[in-house]
Amino acid sequence: MSQRHFIFLCLLPLVIFTLAFLAIPLARLILASGESEAGWAIYLQILQTPRYLSTLVQTVVVSIAVTVAALAISTTAGLYLVRNRFVGRNTLLSILTLPLAFPGVVVGFMIILLGGRQGLVNQLLPGYWVFAYSIFGLFLGYLYFSIPRVLLTVMAAAEKIDPALEEAARTLGAPPWRIVTDVLLPALAPALIAAGAIAFATAMGAFGTAFTLATDIDVLPMVIYTEFTLSANIAMASALSVVLGVVTWAMLLIARSFSGGAVAAGG
Amino acid sequence: MTLTLGNIAKTFPCGTRALRPTDLEIEQGEILSLLGPSGCGKSTLLRIIAGLETPDPGASIVFDGEDVTHQSVDRRKIGMVFQSYALFPNMSVRGNIGYGLKMQKLPRAEIAARVEEVIELCRLEPYADRAITALSGGQRQRVALARAMAPRPRVLLLDEPLSALDAALRGQLRDELALLLREFGITAIFVTHDQDEAMAIADRVAVMSQGEVAQIGTPEALYRNPATGFVARFVGDAMPLEGHIERETLHLQGGMLGLPRASDGQQVLVRAEDIRIDPQGPIAARVETVTFLGTHYRIALSGAMTGPLFMLHAGFSAPKPGDKVRISIPPEALLVLPLDTAA
Amino acid sequence: MRHVTRHLPLAVTLLACAFLLIPIIQSILAGLTVNYFRGLSSGLTLKWIGQVWELYSDSIFLSIGLAMACLAVTLVLGVPAAYVLARNPGRTSRVLEEFISLPLAIPGLALALALLQLYGTVQGFRTSWTFILVGHVLYTLPFMVRSVLSVLAAIDLKTLEEGAASLGASPVRRFIDIVVPNAMPGILAGALTVVTLSIGEFNLTWMLHTPYLKTLPVGLADSYASMRLEVASAYTLVFFVMIVPLLMAMQWASARAQRITQ
Repeated sequence: MSQRHFIFLCLLPLVIFTLAFLAIPLARLILASGESEAGWAIYLQILQTPRYLSTLVQTVVVSIAVTVAALAISTTAGLYLVRNRFVGRNTLLSILTLPLAFPGVVVGFMIILLGGRQGLVNQLLPGYWVFAYSIFGLFLGYLYFSIPRVLLTVMAAAEKIDPALEEAARTLGAPPWRIVTDVLLPALAPALIAAGAIAFATAMGAFGTAFTLATDIDVLPMVIYTEFTLSANIAMASALSVVLGVVTWAMLLIARSFSGGAVAAGG
Repeated sequence: MTLTLGNIAKTFPCGTRALRPTDLEIEQGEILSLLGPSGCGKSTLLRIIAGLETPDPGASIVFDGEDVTHQSVDRRKIGMVFQSYALFPNMSVRGNIGYGLKMQKLPRAEIAARVEEVIELCRLEPYADRAITALSGGQRQRVALARAMAPRPRVLLLDEPLSALDAALRGQLRDELALLLREFGITAIFVTHDQDEAMAIADRVAVMSQGEVAQIGTPEALYRNPATGFVARFVGDAMPLEGHIERETLHLQGGMLGLPRASDGQQVLVRAEDIRIDPQGPIAARVETVTFLGTHYRIALSGAMTGPLFMLHAGFSAPKPGDKVRISIPPEALLVLPLDTAA
Repeated sequence: MRHVTRHLPLAVTLLACAFLLIPIIQSILAGLTVNYFRGLSSGLTLKWIGQVWELYSDSIFLSIGLAMACLAVTLVLGVPAAYVLARNPGRTSRVLEEFISLPLAIPGLALALALLQLYGTVQGFRTSWTFILVGHVLYTLPFMVRSVLSVLAAIDLKTLEEGAASLGASPVRRFIDIVVPNAMPGILAGALTVVTLSIGEFNLTWMLHTPYLKTLPVGLADSYASMRLEVASAYTLVFFVMIVPLLMAMQWASARAQRITQ
């Protein structure tokens, strides 16, 4: 068997699988979005229908809030863990990365345990402190999901910063907070943009967490789900999926161009 | 500024003794080089002077009569050039050079004026507004020097400032750096593992080995009168002559050398450039290989001692491999030193 | 002021840890107490775990079986493909890699809708476990390909192969003798990632599953919606026991593979 034949054989299974289960289905999805009476104007309809538009806005707002909060928390914690060696550091690191393997549904359950009717907060502060099923609960769920991912990206980038940069700033008389603003944050900027884009895309598309928590909240994945299963509005579900897919794909493209690493949405 | 170091030692938390108690005095305007192989403690000593490492208790670091032992690095008013240069990639050349002045909260106009002054001195005018990533290695090195010098530090500390450059550029920048430091007239301490660099730049060289200063002196003094076998080998590549000493005579495989000052329990070293081909010489040897190096030949000899002996030979012709020759070594070129103590 | 800036980062780190850890502890406790609302004083029990086993053991076995099948398929599809991509680093390879990575970027919900619209009417396939498997392979394949690719890209594969070829090895032999052994750390890291992700996959699975084919996470969602808190917690506890060792093994293997690529 020649080298050419062998390479062809190596790629063949992957190409067949990808065509059959990725390329053609995606093409079908895009076509299906134009198959209602409205045709391709369905994308215009999304913007003209108050319910879809407010869903879109609400999803984007929550996702931005999660991105900002996850960046702030994970950057602070990540820098602290990279720059300090102390007893218990590895334990803290393990705790912070443990939820990496939790699917969105489990994360949703974690928030129910914190803020549900039988949740911790409601037990400690009785008086209807039930927030699990509100937009704040959803925000916390997405945050729970994003903190470990952003943290790992930040720490990987922070470990690559030349320690001499910080020492140089100190020899030039810079106080600690100026080292953060002048040296560390600029050096981390690409990683922060990448991690932020991932957090945003993840929050936009998070289905599992929303499925557990957002029974009464209109966020994009839930609306797609109800359009498809309850209203059987296939075209609108497809169109909204296409919009969601394009947004998250674009965000991850940004992330990739800044970090070059493999990143994943999900949840 | 004069710099007085007393009883500086460093033990790392893991128990490793990086530096044994060391005393050192550096005069105003003097350029001192800390020379030694990697792991000898030279960088640790430099970082302690900078304030980037804390010495073991009992140390004293005095800048011009002011005790700075417990002062933090950002208040010591030192300038430092790092091995990796550590230039801030998010600032331009001008931004980097002005950073220390900005930290001193000087008025904008004064910062600008002083940055210009240093840029001119370091001949960086064409690059002043470039991004750091757009500079070559040699340019980066000058920016790092300019940045350290702009705040007018009391002492300039350089940690292997040339080692990141390729060999050809290193030689050129070495001389340039020596001139610039003298122009600045600043007290400077310069860490290197390269003896040529230390000798070209420094007024005095402290040769370090295994966490202590083995010898300190002018480059010439170290070369002529090394105090230990280590210094002789490290400064000027002296080779040990493998033989035994008996009654003021060094017995080698190929002959004997008279040594009026030597006794048993000592070692004798010689440099390749001090060995001569001499028909009347006392030592017989056989030529193994001859390498032409332009200004001279490098000849490997066998039979003179147990191992190979190398010599440098100037002139227009050289012996051929296989030739039997006799060699001599002038008595003043023999370095008779105590045996190295095992580490 | 100095005091605050010194301790603020530690406080944030500890708060974040508490936020992530407290509900985990709660779910472990709730899964093991007789009555969570009355607290630990009601006593510890394995009753809820037993109930989970009765109700959901099928879902656990289905998930393990799916993960193994998914691993086998991603190995067969992914390792040879990663080899080709590593040997021919060009525009076409990059586009192909980018394309198979789309399932990382597009939410599972959208992918599931796409699959359902094309294959939803193919009866034997739609109701079979292989339909869920397709979704899992779609989602995990890029991890396998990238993990193997990054290791292969770091070694001088071309020279190694030329060496083997000069000694008379055929393309197939070179793949078996040279490529696979050298790619092993990447294959191992990829395999653990695939299994971990497959066991935890929900987004695609929820849309693709049928009432008779519930995977572990689907069962979890079901228990969160319809079971008492103790059962849901016990089920989550079972999931933790399965997923946490996998996560740790995956992190270990990835760190090991990463050392090679540096």
